[in-house]
Amino acid sequence: MDRLESYECRDLNLKATELRLGLLGSDERESKSGSGVTKSHKRAFPETAEDCISSTNSSRTPDTDRNGELQDCTPPAKAQVVGWPPVRSYRKNNLQQTRKISSDHHHHGNGGGMYVKVSMDGAPYLRKIDLSVHRRYPELLQALENMFMVSIGQYSESEGYSGSDYAPTYEDKDGDWMLLGDVPWEMFSSTCKRMRIMRSSEAKGLGCQ
Amino acid sequence: MRDISAEVPGGGDYHPPCPDQVLENVLENVLQFLTSRRDRNAASLVCKSWYRAEALTRSELFIGNCYAVTARRVTERFCRVNSVVLKGRPRFADFSLMPPNWGAHFTPWLTAFGAAYHWLEKIYLKRMSITDDDLAQISLSFPSFKELTLVCCDGFGTSGLAILASKSRQLRVLDLIEDEVNDDDVDWISCFPENGTCLESLSFDCVEWPINFGALERLVARSPNLKKLRLNQFVTLGQLYQLIVRAPQLTHLGTGAFSPPEIWAQGSEEPDYEAAFSACRSLVCLSGFREVVPDYLPAIYPVCGKLISLNFSYANINAEELKSVICHCNKLQTLWVLDTVRDEGLEAVATTCKDLIELRVFPIDASEDSEGFVSEVGLTAIAEGCRKLQSILYFCQRMTNAAVVAMSKNCPDLVVFRLCIMGRHRPDYLTNEPMDEGFGAIVMNCAKLTRLAVSGLLTDKAFSYIGRYGKLVRTLSVAFAGDSDSALKYVLEGCSNLQKLEIRDSPFGDSALRDGLHHYYNMRFLWMSSCRVTLQGCREIAQTLPQMVVEVFTSESTSVKDEDEYVDTLYMYRSLERSRNDAPAYVRIL
Repeated sequence: MDRLESYECRDLNLKATELRLGLLGSDERESKSGSGVTKSHKRAFPETAEDCISSTNSSRTPDTDRNGELQDCTPPAKAQVVGWPPVRSYRKNNLQQTRKISSDHHHHGNGGGMYVKVSMDGAPYLRKIDLSVHRRYPELLQALENMFMVSIGQYSESEGYSGSDYAPTYEDKDGDWMLLGDVPWEMFSSTCKRMRIMRSSEAKGLGCQ
Repeated sequence: MRDISAEVPGGGDYHPPCPDQVLENVLENVLQFLTSRRDRNAASLVCKSWYRAEALTRSELFIGNCYAVTARRVTERFCRVNSVVLKGRPRFADFSLMPPNWGAHFTPWLTAFGAAYHWLEKIYLKRMSITDDDLAQISLSFPSFKELTLVCCDGFGTSGLAILASKSRQLRVLDLIEDEVNDDDVDWISCFPENGTCLESLSFDCVEWPINFGALERLVARSPNLKKLRLNQFVTLGQLYQLIVRAPQLTHLGTGAFSPPEIWAQGSEEPDYEAAFSACRSLVCLSGFREVVPDYLPAIYPVCGKLISLNFSYANINAEELKSVICHCNKLQTLWVLDTVRDEGLEAVATTCKDLIELRVFPIDASEDSEGFVSEVGLTAIAEGCRKLQSILYFCQRMTNAAVVAMSKNCPDLVVFRLCIMGRHRPDYLTNEPMDEGFGAIVMNCAKLTRLAVSGLLTDKAFSYIGRYGKLVRTLSVAFAGDSDSALKYVLEGCSNLQKLEIRDSPFGDSALRDGLHHYYNMRFLWMSSCRVTLQGCREIAQTLPQMVVEVFTSESTSVKDEDEYVDTLYMYRSLERSRNDAPAYVRIL
C-alpha cells in the first residue's frame, strides 16, 4: 500500500506542475480518435480494477481527468498495470533475491509474497504456498487442508497432531525438521524453508526441540 | 515420367534411369546442402518435382507457431527429419497477459514424431508445455536422441529429467533456459549414465532447488566432452571451484551463486579461485553471478581478455565493480547487465568494448515508479563508443530524443532496437516532446532494422515514421502508445515485411484492424490486448480471412457477449488448419 500512496503523491506533484503539450492537445486528440465509440465499455481487468482509485472510462471530462493522461482506455496512471514493465516473472523473482542482504532462501514474489514449497507424502507433485497471506497457524493449516484435500488433525503441545494420518512439518534455516506449531508464528514464518506433510508414523519424534 | 517400377534391381532387363529420374536424384543430392529454411521454402515452390525433392531432403524442421499446422500434415510432407524447432505461446504470455492453460502442448507433436521420425536427434521448444511423460517418451521413441533445449517452457519436473538422463544415453545437450521446473525431489543429476556421458552442454540455471552436488562433481568428471555448464544459484563459489578444476576445457560457464558458502570449516583457507579460472583457457562466455559477492570478482580477471559474452544481468553490482571487470574485456561482443551499474558503468563499457554487438540493460526494480538508474546519458555513451552495435534492449525511466537520434546515427548496423521507458507515456525528459523523433530516426537511419520495441509518449506521428521507413521490420512491440487508428494503419500499410505485431493498451480499433486485411496472412501473428477492438470487428476479420485463426479471450470468466464490447485480447494467426481443439473455455475462436 505504501508504494501506491507514494506514487499518488508523486503523481500529483509531477503531473500537476508539468508543462506538457499534451494537456490541451489531449482533448483534441481524443475527439479525433477513429473509433468514435462513446459508450463505456466493460473490460474485465481484475488486477488493475482493484488498484484503480477512480473508475476507468467513466469520467473523462477535462476537469476530472488526470492531468496529461492521454489514453482513456488505460487505467489511471497510478494503478500498477499487469505485465508492465515487460520483464519476465522469472527474472523479477530472481532479482528480488539479489537485493536481499540476508541469506535466507525464501522466494519473494512481487509485493513481498513468501512462497515455500509444500510436499505431501504420497502426493506426486509439490505445491507452493504463500506464507505472507496467513497470520496464524490455524489459517495456514486450513489452507494446507484445502490444498491437499486432507485432514490434518488437532495440535497439542504434548501430543503433536492427533486425529489424522498426517502431520505438517517444516524445515527451518538450520536444516532441522520441526513440527508446525512448536514455535511462535513469527519465528516459524521467518525461518521456514519448506514444508512437508508427513505421515503421522514418521512424524513421531519431531517437535522435541 | 516413365514408370520406374519396370526396373528390376539385380536381374531382368536393365532399363537405364529416365532423364527425369536422374534429374530428381541430382536435385536431391544438391538440395541436401541447402540449409536455410527460407531457401528451402523457395526451392519447394519451383515445381512439384522440386517440392518432392525438397521434402525428402529437409532434415531440420522449424515451426514458428505450433498451431499454424498440424503434426500430421508435417509428418506427411517431411519424412527424414532429425531436428525440430517448435514454438508455442506468443511472447506477451511471458508478462502474465495470457491466462493459464492456453495451450501449446507438446504431447500431440511427440506422438506424431514418435511414429514418423525414428531417428530424431534434436528438439528445441520455446514457450511450450511439456510433461514428464513426454520426457520419458522422448527417450523411448528416439534411440539416437542427442539434444534437448527448452526455453520458457513448463509442465515438467525433475522426475522427467531423471528419466531422460538415464534412458537417453547419447544425450549431448540438455539446456533448460528460463523454464518453470517442478521440484519432485528427484535427484536427476545422479541419473546420467554411470560409465561416462556424451554431454557437451548442461544448463540448469533455472532449476530453483538445490541439486546433489557430489553427483554433479562425479558427472562432470565422467563427461570429457563437456564444454558448456550453467549452474543454478545453489552452487556456491567453493563448489564452483571444485567443478572448474575438473573441467578446465569449458567454453561456457554459468557460475551459479558466485558467493562463498555460509559456513567455512574452521581454519581452512579459501581456494585459489583466480588460479582455477586461469586454467580455463577456452572460456569465452560467463554468466550466473546470482548472489554475487563483488569481492570475489577479481577471480575472473584472468579470463576477461578472451570473453566474448558476459551476462551480469542477475548481478547486483555498482559502477566501480563493473568497471573493474569490464576494463579487461576488450573482445566482448555480448553484455547483459543490471541498471545498478548506472550510466557511469555504461560509459566504461563504451570506452573498452569497441566490438560490442549486443547490449541488454535490465532494471533491478522492474516497476513503473522505480527510480531507474540509467538514462539518456548511458545510451549516448554507448552510441558513441560502440559503433558496431547491432542489438540493444534498454530499460530506463528517463530518455531523450537526442540520445536515441545519436544512436541511430552512430550505430547504423542496428538490427534490434528495444527501448523500454518504464514510466508510461513519458515524454522526452529535457524537451517534454513526445519520443516520436527519436524512434523516427531509428527507422530512418538504421536500414537493417528488423525488430523494434517502442515506449514513452508517442503520437501517431511516430507510427507514420515506422510505416514509411521501417520496411524491413519484422517484429514490432507497442505498448501504451499512439492516439488513434491512424497509427496502426500506418504500420499495417507501410511495413511490408511485418511478421509479428504485438500491441497492448493502445487506442486502436476495428477500423485500423480492417486495414491489415491484405497483409495478415503474411504474418505469423497479431496480438492486441486492451485496445479498442470489438467482437464484431474481430468477427469480420474471421469471416473475411478464413485462413486466419482468430482467438478472442478475456481474463477471468466474464465473456464478451455484447458485440460492441471491446475484447480484452485478440490473438490472430495464420493456419493451414481449422481452429484447434484444445482451447480452454475462455478462448473463443471466431
